[in-house]
Amino acid sequence: MMTFTLWDILRNLLLAARWTVVLSLVSFIGGGLLGMALLYLRIGKARAGRMFVQGYVELFQGTPLLMQLFLAFFGLGLFGIDVPAWLAAGLALILWTAAFLVEIWRGCVESVARGQWEASASLGMGYVQQMRYVILPQAVRVAVPPTVGFSVQVVKGTALTSIIGFVELSKAGTVVTNATFEPFTVYGLVALIYFALCWPLSKSSQILERKLNVAHRNH
Amino acid sequence: MTYRFDYSWIAEYWPVILKGLVTTVELTLIGTLFGVALGIACAWTRSLGPRWLRPPVVAYVELIRNTPFLIQLFFIFFGLPSLGVQMTEFQAAVLAMVINLGAYSGEIIRAGIEATPRGQFEAGASLAMTRFETFRHVVLIPSLQRIWPALSSQIVIVMLGSAVVSQIAAEDITFAANFIQSRTFRAFESYFLTTGLYLLLALALRQALRGVGRMLFPQRAAR
Repeated sequence: MMTFTLWDILRNLLLAARWTVVLSLVSFIGGGLLGMALLYLRIGKARAGRMFVQGYVELFQGTPLLMQLFLAFFGLGLFGIDVPAWLAAGLALILWTAAFLVEIWRGCVESVARGQWEASASLGMGYVQQMRYVILPQAVRVAVPPTVGFSVQVVKGTALTSIIGFVELSKAGTVVTNATFEPFTVYGLVALIYFALCWPLSKSSQILERKLNVAHRNH
Repeated sequence: MTYRFDYSWIAEYWPVILKGLVTTVELTLIGTLFGVALGIACAWTRSLGPRWLRPPVVAYVELIRNTPFLIQLFFIFFGLPSLGVQMTEFQAAVLAMVINLGAYSGEIIRAGIEATPRGQFEAGASLAMTRFETFRHVVLIPSLQRIWPALSSQIVIVMLGSAVVSQIAAEDITFAANFIQSRTFRAFESYFLTTGLYLLLALALRQALRGVGRMLFPQRAAR
């Protein structure tokens, strides 16, 4: 029987962690772009657009991410294509991330006082100008800490993609456990690597919240 | 797309789904009850408890909040037996949910406690209440009332997250879906139906928690 040193285990896990990072980045950026498009509809004037986004959010926040992954995996397969796990994983995570980001950002836009809209309208600004010069600069300040905070959820969400067969940190943990029979060590290390990825994000979210609030306190 | 949807398996397999539904509800109920209790204990320790107890609680909260639930579950179910702790799938699933919700709800409840005006503590003390009585009657209930909406969303998130416990073969809704698709090869239909079930469950749970909130904090309705 082969024996594995701690370094063997750790090295393999770290190699797999690259895919966790890549998938997190893809999901976060893709979800962010889709979230912006949805936000445009959500705070826009068209009733149908608002209703659509509300339904979208309800659907993706009201069902388990794991189920969304399964549906993406088997649903894409219905079109007769052979679906690679990374495609289903990326698609489901992007859709899921967008559903949360749009709600976070909507709250931020709505947190800008009503009077700001009226003041800018009284200066003869159009909708785009109001957004560009008055509302968004204030909303973005409020939005940064919770957005960074949510990125932690995205990193943790990628762990579920191991279940549909995408090989990232969690899947590597399972594979290595099956080879070494040391679940305690392996899953302990996996948890520590996730912690090393997520904790700096959580911490910077807290710090940003404190920093960006300084300007807000003077209101 | 020439795929034909086939739901004829429901006639044969609905008891499996029902059993899964009962398990998910049980997991959520037990997990919520003990998870929130653990959260209250953590929140008390971090804001009012003895100083030496605070660093371990902070470490626990940070560790849980920055690692995936799946890994916590695997660590408990696969990792702990090597320390001699054996448990069934259901027990491991409940334990993981309690530990997970404990950390999240602890942070939420702490925010509620720290928003309590200083005078409330002094008012409690001036009525000759002990520190525990003040916490129980004066601080905790209004704090919970303040953060009830946030706590409710977290409970719904934990319920949805429980889909993962199927991976250690705890027999919840997702486990039923996996079982059915392995028997009937109707993967999409089986996951589609159970996803709908989760959606209904999430809506029902949100309503139920609103009801519990009205029951626990009746003065709000009177106002």
